[in-house]
Amino acid sequence: MLDSTMIELSRWQFASTALYHFIFVPLTLGMVWILVIMESVYVMTGREIYRDMTKFWGKLFGINFALGVTTGLTMEFQFGTNWSYYSHYVGDVFGAPLAIEGLMAFFLESTFIGLFFLGWERLTKVQHLTVTFLMALGSNLSALWILIANGWMQNPVGSEFSYETMRMEMTSFGELLLNPVAQVKFVHTVAAGYVTASMFVLGISSYYMLKGRDLASAKRSFSVAVGFGLASILSVILLGDESGYEVGDVQKTKLAAIEAEWETEPPPAAFTLIGFPDNEAQETHGAVKVPYLLGLIATRSLDTPVTGLKDLILQHEQRIRSGMIAYHYLERLRGGQDTDANRAVFEDHRQDLGYGLLLKAYTADPAQATEEQIKQAARDSIPQVAPLFWSFRVMVAAGAWMLVLMVLGFYYNAKRVIEHKRWLLRLFLFSIPVPWIAVETGWFVAEFGRQPWAIGEVLPTAIAASSLTVADLVISLTAFGVFYSVLLAIGLYLMFKFARLGPSSLHTGRYHREHPLTAGTATLANQPQRQSD
Amino acid sequence: MIIDYETLKLLWWVLVGILFIGFAVTDGMDMGVGMLLPFLGKKDIERRVIINTVGPHWDGNQVWLITAAGAIFAAWPLVYASAFSGFYFAMLLALFGLFFRPVGFDYRSKIEDPRWRNSWDWGLFIGGLVPALIFGVAFGNLLQGVPFHLDTLLRPYYTGSFFGLLWSREHGPFALLAGLISVAMLAMHGAIWLQLRTAEPISTRAKGAARVWGLVTIIAFGLAGVWLVFGIEGYRVVSMPALDAMPNPLTKEVVREAGAWLANYQTYPASIAFPVLGFVGLGLAVVLSILDRPGAGLVLSSLGITGIIMTAGAAMFPFIMPSSTNPNSSLIVWDAVSSHLTLSIMFWAAMIFVPIIIGYTTWTYTKMWRRVTVEEIESQEHLAY
Repeated sequence: MLDSTMIELSRWQFASTALYHFIFVPLTLGMVWILVIMESVYVMTGREIYRDMTKFWGKLFGINFALGVTTGLTMEFQFGTNWSYYSHYVGDVFGAPLAIEGLMAFFLESTFIGLFFLGWERLTKVQHLTVTFLMALGSNLSALWILIANGWMQNPVGSEFSYETMRMEMTSFGELLLNPVAQVKFVHTVAAGYVTASMFVLGISSYYMLKGRDLASAKRSFSVAVGFGLASILSVILLGDESGYEVGDVQKTKLAAIEAEWETEPPPAAFTLIGFPDNEAQETHGAVKVPYLLGLIATRSLDTPVTGLKDLILQHEQRIRSGMIAYHYLERLRGGQDTDANRAVFEDHRQDLGYGLLLKAYTADPAQATEEQIKQAARDSIPQVAPLFWSFRVMVAAGAWMLVLMVLGFYYNAKRVIEHKRWLLRLFLFSIPVPWIAVETGWFVAEFGRQPWAIGEVLPTAIAASSLTVADLVISLTAFGVFYSVLLAIGLYLMFKFARLGPSSLHTGRYHREHPLTAGTATLANQPQRQSD
Repeated sequence: MIIDYETLKLLWWVLVGILFIGFAVTDGMDMGVGMLLPFLGKKDIERRVIINTVGPHWDGNQVWLITAAGAIFAAWPLVYASAFSGFYFAMLLALFGLFFRPVGFDYRSKIEDPRWRNSWDWGLFIGGLVPALIFGVAFGNLLQGVPFHLDTLLRPYYTGSFFGLLWSREHGPFALLAGLISVAMLAMHGAIWLQLRTAEPISTRAKGAARVWGLVTIIAFGLAGVWLVFGIEGYRVVSMPALDAMPNPLTKEVVREAGAWLANYQTYPASIAFPVLGFVGLGLAVVLSILDRPGAGLVLSSLGITGIIMTAGAAMFPFIMPSSTNPNSSLIVWDAVSSHLTLSIMFWAAMIFVPIIIGYTTWTYTKMWRRVTVEEIESQEHLAY
């Protein structure tokens, strides 16, 4: 049995480094397309202001991207360093999309990003735009492969356990790719990234408009981002990943936990708007319910029931008992008694082996677990409800808030009066953190809601970790804490500095505080810089 | 096309080798440049010249490392699991070293303060030196055997210590010597690159560095060879299931014996070509650098690096990670691998994408090819790294 404190610390390390990495990823996913749009306008119209916008927003993108690469390295190392049994147990399936991500996507993105920054003088306009586009394509393909890997953790299709090799093995690459959970996750996640980048550009552009500076580029940036952002937030909300909660037991459990649905209600189930879920008492205190709504959202039908947590726990208990038999026969098969009879029993219970392994958190030998241990494992087979319930609601509220802002922003921008709506510009500026609240709580719902599983119904988190000590984890967690805090401070410092400088950071002599009448007279003539003021 | 399991297992050994060589030749060069940066660049503008020779390429080059690690995860899951968790603090040290590079390259010249820039320069130095050293040390440990074992459910347990990786009770500092080879060969490789891509006075300094580090590499490589022949016991598979069997690392018998690492060279004398390529490649690279032919020198140093990596690989084949405490737990190319289907899909993915990657990477090098000069950086002060 692994030390439970060590496992807790390993989870803290993975969660904190992943959440930290995910500060930078969504902005990258969206910024690349905003840069592609801006540069396309430049190439089509030849107006230099769009090239300068591409370069300026590119600088902010670069500050973010460097931290994204830095923290992404951790993710790749960490499966091996801290989750070695996981790596062995599922590497055959999970490793493949990660490796293909490197070959197909990350190479593309990383090779062209260097030319995006440093190739302006050495490439033709069309070549440079192609470079920007390939960088954008690469980063979004990266997200696709990562989410195929992650979708498999939630709903492990296209694979089966082999007792000879003592691991999960791939049986169908096609099923892995077309995993419905992976598909909806991809759309939901990249669209959330597009919203994040839009809110970022909108907030900073609003700042320039409020200050009355760099209006030409601020208004153009605002226009690009508000259109892109409105389309994206609509996709996030309309194509939200609820539909992915129908498949697989883990997703069903997650849904019931998000909604604090303890009992299975006659369909369509009521939706709990707010309340205080309590895992011990298995009920939600002070719940405010809206009739029928949950059934409609979750199943998109009037007659499909949403299974409640208490029923799920009962189902899980049955599967744990079956899993004990699977574990017992697995030991026989691996211990040299590889007979047809043993194999037949094992095959009958193989799909419940993961549930048997849940007992490993309570006893060294799941086959000999006591009645109390079985009950305990069943109770722990659902995640903590309250944090999921609340994070999900925070995510949805943040999404709704951004939708309202985007609609207003789009409307006033289309009427060409946005610069005079100072109250709205202020709201945009102060809402810059909102998309991050949404994506981080969204990540938390997806991954914390997967517990107690590392791989749904296959591998419990409690046995997935490496055989390390608490001291090992304390040292590494402290080192990450120190390093990442310093990096965040540096990244934010640069981000604020360059956002304040604005396009003047390009030193073209055409922007705010650069004395346009003296420094940039020659080039100012063909610039629409001050015309639209 | 269906390739049989046995052949695929072998092909994946070759492919992982290619990915590591790809990493050493491309990003290893960037690491060498990082190590030399504070010494070859006397003034800020000179350091910017040095950084900008690799500026457009280092990020793409680094993906060789990321893909190599990803390929090990997918093709040799037990190796990925055992090595990364066993070498826990060494791996984290390499990781923290690597942290300095993305931010170092991008942030360094964004602020003019000399302390800021100087700090990042030393960050890039660490980002080159530490990972190069650790990867070399890791190779050394593979050659001397790693204290780990697997239980019946194939969970790996590492029983050594962090300092044991550097200085083993049995073999002393052999692994550190391997680390020195790694550092010195990448420093030489980076120096030749700088000789090719910078102008006076940096190129002359780079030439001097190439000579020094080239000689260090040759001497250290020779020493390690002697040490390996006389002081390090190798491992040999006594019996194992058929080569195309379901992979299970607990079904074979392995012994540790003197001279086992030389067995492949005796059985296949042609493989002597690898150490020869190492020595000749490095030697000619130094000579060409001295003769002011850094372009050809770079090709030869790439071949020399290939030779050095292949020398270790060929000595150990079919071992990937031998266990010193429980030799039967050793991980070898026949039993630490993924399933037939996964190896097959990954093989074709590599066959399709590696040529495409080499194609567009070459295009980016061609587009950015020039000697980077002080004048150029001054004229693009706010655009260049």
